[in-house]
This record gives sequence, C-alpha cells and structure tokens, in this order.
Amino acid sequence: MFDFAVESQSEQSIFDSQKHFDFAVIGGGPAGMNAALYAVRKGLSVAVFSLEIGGQLHNTSEVDNYIGIEHTTGGKLSEAFHHHVLELGVPIKTGHLVSRLEKKDDFHITLDNGETYTAQTVLYATGGAPRKLGVPGEAEFANKGVSYCTTCDAPFFKNEHVIVAGGGNSAAESVVDLAAWASKITVVHRSQWRADQIILDQFKSIDGLEINLETQILEILGDTKMRGVRVLDKPSGEERIIEADGMFVEIGNIPKSELLNGLVDLNERGEVIVTPNQETSLEGLYAAGDVTTQPYKQIIISASEGAVAALAATQYLMHHKK
Amino acid sequence: MDKLLNEDVTKQVKEYLNPMQDHVTMVLFTQEDPCNTCQETRQLLSEVAALSEKITYVEKDLKKDAALAEEYGVTMTPSFVMLDKNDAYQGVKFNGIPAGHEINSFLSALMDMSGIDFGLASTIGSRLDNLEKPVNIKVFVTLSCPHCPGAVSNAHRLAMSHPHIESEMIEAQTFGELSQKYNVSGVPKIVINDTHELVGNQPIQEYLKTIEAL
Ligand SMILES: Cc1cc2nc3c(=O)[nH]c(=O)nc-3n(C[C@H](O)[C@H](O)[C@H](O)COP(=O)(O)OP(=O)(O)OC[C@H]3O[C@@H](n4cnc5c(N)ncnc54)[C@H](O)[C@@H]3O)c2cc1C
Repeated sequence: MFDFAVESQSEQSIFDSQKHFDFAVIGGGPAGMNAALYAVRKGLSVAVFSLEIGGQLHNTSEVDNYIGIEHTTGGKLSEAFHHHVLELGVPIKTGHLVSRLEKKDDFHITLDNGETYTAQTVLYATGGAPRKLGVPGEAEFANKGVSYCTTCDAPFFKNEHVIVAGGGNSAAESVVDLAAWASKITVVHRSQWRADQIILDQFKSIDGLEINLETQILEILGDTKMRGVRVLDKPSGEERIIEADGMFVEIGNIPKSELLNGLVDLNERGEVIVTPNQETSLEGLYAAGDVTTQPYKQIIISASEGAVAALAATQYLMHHKK
Repeated sequence: MDKLLNEDVTKQVKEYLNPMQDHVTMVLFTQEDPCNTCQETRQLLSEVAALSEKITYVEKDLKKDAALAEEYGVTMTPSFVMLDKNDAYQGVKFNGIPAGHEINSFLSALMDMSGIDFGLASTIGSRLDNLEKPVNIKVFVTLSCPHCPGAVSNAHRLAMSHPHIESEMIEAQTFGELSQKYNVSGVPKIVINDTHELVGNQPIQEYLKTIEAL
C-alpha cells in the first residue's frame, strides 16, 4: 500500500518586498530551523535560505534518539520542524543555493539566481555532504551502483548483493534499511564499529549479513556498472575482491563550509571554529550544527546549537541594532 | 474500497490546494490488465480531484484513445498529463503513481499549472529566449526518495516556462525496464534529451546550463 508524505509549502512572495533581515539563516536543517524558531519568537525579522528543508533528516529513515519522540522518521521530523517554523510566519526561500556571503556594512547573501539579500546577523548552518571514500572507481561508478543515500536508492537492489562501507551509526542504519531489499549485505569497515549498540542489536534478525572489520576498500571495480570492490584485509595484509551489485557509502560527512573560506577561521578539517555561544571569528556571523567543530553530529545537538546562536544574535542586536 | 489518502493527508492536501487559481485538467492514460499501479493511480487522481473544484480528472485508454495519447506523447501506463485552464498541454507529465514523497511534486504541479507564480521568471530571465530545439527532461524517482520531488518540480516548472520544453517524472520501480535502459541505480536522475545527465536535486541553474549546452 502507498503512503503520502505531504510537505508544507513556504510562501515565496514576501521576498519580493523584503530584502533586509535582522537575522538570516543559511541552511534549513535542524540547526537552521531551530534558530529561526528561537529568533522569530524573540521578535527578530528572520529569513531562511536553503536549497531544501530538512537537510540530512531526509537521508535518515528511523530517528529514535530525539527526546520526547519515541519513534519517528527523518521525513516526519523534518516536516514537523518545517511546519512549526512556517506557523510562526518565517519566510523560507527554497530551491536556491546561497552562492556568496560577504560582509560589507551588513552581510550580503547572494543566491545562485543572482538575487541578493542583506542581514545584520547571519547564521551559517549548511551541515555536511556525504564523505567519499576517495578510491579509484568511485566517481566512475557513482550512481552506477555506488550510492550515498540508502533511503533513496535501496529499491534498486532488490534481491541483490550490496556492500555497506562504514562503521558508524549511519552505516549500521543503512544495513537495517537495506535488509528489507537486498538478499545479501556485506559490511566493509577499515576499523571497529562505532555505532550504537541498540542499532547493532538489530543485526541478529538479518539473514545474509557478513561483516568485515579492519578491512579497507582500495578500489571499486566494474564495467558499465559496479561489479565489486578490491579490499585489503589489514591484519593479514592480503588483498581480495568482493563481488557485489552495489555499495552504499556511509562514512560520515564533510562540512559544507566553502562559502566561509577566507571569511572566518576554520580548522584543518574545514569545520567552522565557534565559541560556546556559536560565534565565529567574524562579528555578527554565527555557525551551528554539523558544519562546526562540535564533534557529535546529531539532530538534537545541531538543533540546540541553532537555538544558542539565535539567542546570542538577539543579545548582540540589542546592543548593536541600527 | 478503502481510501488511499487517510483523513490527515486528505486534510493536508485540501489545505495545500486551497489557493489554486485557475482550472486544471488531469488526463490519465491506463489500459486493461495487466497494468501495474493503474488502479491505484486512478484512485489517487480521483481522490485528489474531489478535494478541489478547480480540478477535473478524466481517464483515457492508451489504445482506444491512441490519437490523444500521441498528441501528449504518452506511450506507457499509468501516465497522466496536466492541462491548463485552456486545456493546453504544457509538457507536464507523470509516469507512474506520485505517492510517497512524490505527492509533493504532484501537488506543486497542480498549483503551478493553476497559475500560481512559482517565481522562476527572474531566474530564467532571457536565457531560454533562443531555445529552438525540443527539450525533453526525464526525472527518474523512487517513492522513498525525499530529494526527488524538488528535482521533478524544477523540471516541470521549466516545461511550463517554455513551449519547447517537456518534462516527465518516471517512477523507476513501475517502469523498471526503462530505468535499466537508462542505467538508473540512484535517484533523482535527470536525463535531458537522452544525452545529458544530472544526478541529485540540482538547483535550477544546473538545468539551465545543461539545456544551454545541448
Ligand atoms: C544516514 C544518516 C542517518 C542519521 N541518523 C541520525 C539519527 O538517527 N539521529 C540523529 O540525531 N542524527 C542522525 N544523523 C545526523 C543528523 O542528520 C545531522 O547531525 C543533522 O541533520 C545536522 O543538521 P544541520 O542543520 O547542521 O545540517 P543538515 O541537516 O546537513 O542541513 C543543512 C541544510 O543546508 C542546506 N544548504 C547547504 N548548503 C547550502 C547553500 N550553499 N545554500 C543553501 N542551502 C544550503 C542543505 O540543503 C540542507 O537543507 C544522521 C545522518 C545521516 C547522514
């Protein structure tokens, strides 16, 4: 039977008349949406600019660790965040990437269609993009067997053999999600599991699951599509080939901080360095969520950082409002 | 028969469609069994049509109404097109049932087709003024793909913005053979004129760049 996941719609016309905001949020994931909620409740004029709403929540099927909500899906949580913020009248511009951020007197936010908006304070909450393995064959077989979104692409591997690369929570969840489709799942991870025990416990009921820890992927092989991977068994130093029809890469994220290069301090991983109040090294510019140096990339943590940033910006504007 | 849309979803859809401006007609092509998901698509379209007086839903048979199917370039079932208030085909087509996340591209196409400004004019500007060759955009989706409706809406909006552009959603599981032919194993996958490919929910700029490069 079919289900239907209707998403709320943002009214776009307000952007025709309003071009300046007290607090502009770049990125509509958990961090950005919670920041918008807190800021508008404080009476700031707020806008959100995001390619799409929900961010990585959309790549997550089950969410079981958001306190007070015992069981939900990433899609439902995203819709709940979106609805809550829209109800408070926050204008949200979707469908466009922010392509430039500059500080003149105010911050200038330029979209990929050339439109420009200004704001006195900005929250940068662009999250992360899936990290790639960085091995030969990965670009060639991307979307020809190699996927970075389990919820999107699992149906293509019905009764097939798939590899899951990674050993954290998202890899473990990917295994659980794929069990409904694939006939065989092989996990390949270069070190030991880092996933929550409560997710690993679900593996007991999965047939045809093989786990290769301390195993490194060296190359992705195939012809018109992916056919397998060449791996190194680290303890023995031996190489071998694992044949498979597809592979889901779930090895974490890289921060999307490219718009801030040269504007604020980043660490060696490209994460935005922030104070406990989510301030960056540039006055009036805040960062929150997965894009920051905060090591635990989680929904509730990103959301709470967004709240802190909005409150800190409110405080700042009280003293500096023009 | 049980309803496809439960009470909550029915309420959401009704509210969503409330601001519709002009009339929209949905023409669904089906055929006699075997037709995977024809029945469900028929039911979805009639349930949605019942939620707004601005929507008309008609059903045609791919074989018996072959001339009409040809006019809209419909070759598979289930497949439906949306017509504007003047019953003109604007190049907006759905192949397969837009359920799951894809309900969003379906609802947004109804709104857009009814004349609600989708704000693309300034983005497109004069970039398509010189477009003369026909452009076909296929967007392959799965119903569990949250990034897919955005890709479909972008493509459909381009179709509504230019007479030479047509756009079709293709539900990859219903049309498995076609998906294999196009080597689809990741969605959304956007194929333009069968030669150019984009993967992922790309901003409209990327569509425009690809169309300009054809
Ligand atoms: C598979 C998977 C499973 C997970 N499961 C869980 C879980 O069960 N529980 C949990 O707590 N956490 C989970 N996480 C982690 C959680 O999803 C993230 O920590 C959280 O989404 C980060 O929120 P964020 O707001 O910082 O960024 P994101 O969620 O990444 O959102 C960023 C937003 O910014 C937008 N954006 C980026 N760049 C631009 C730009 N230039 N212009 C405009 N918009 C832009 C994007 O479109 C996106 O909407 C999971 C992650 C993954 C990948």
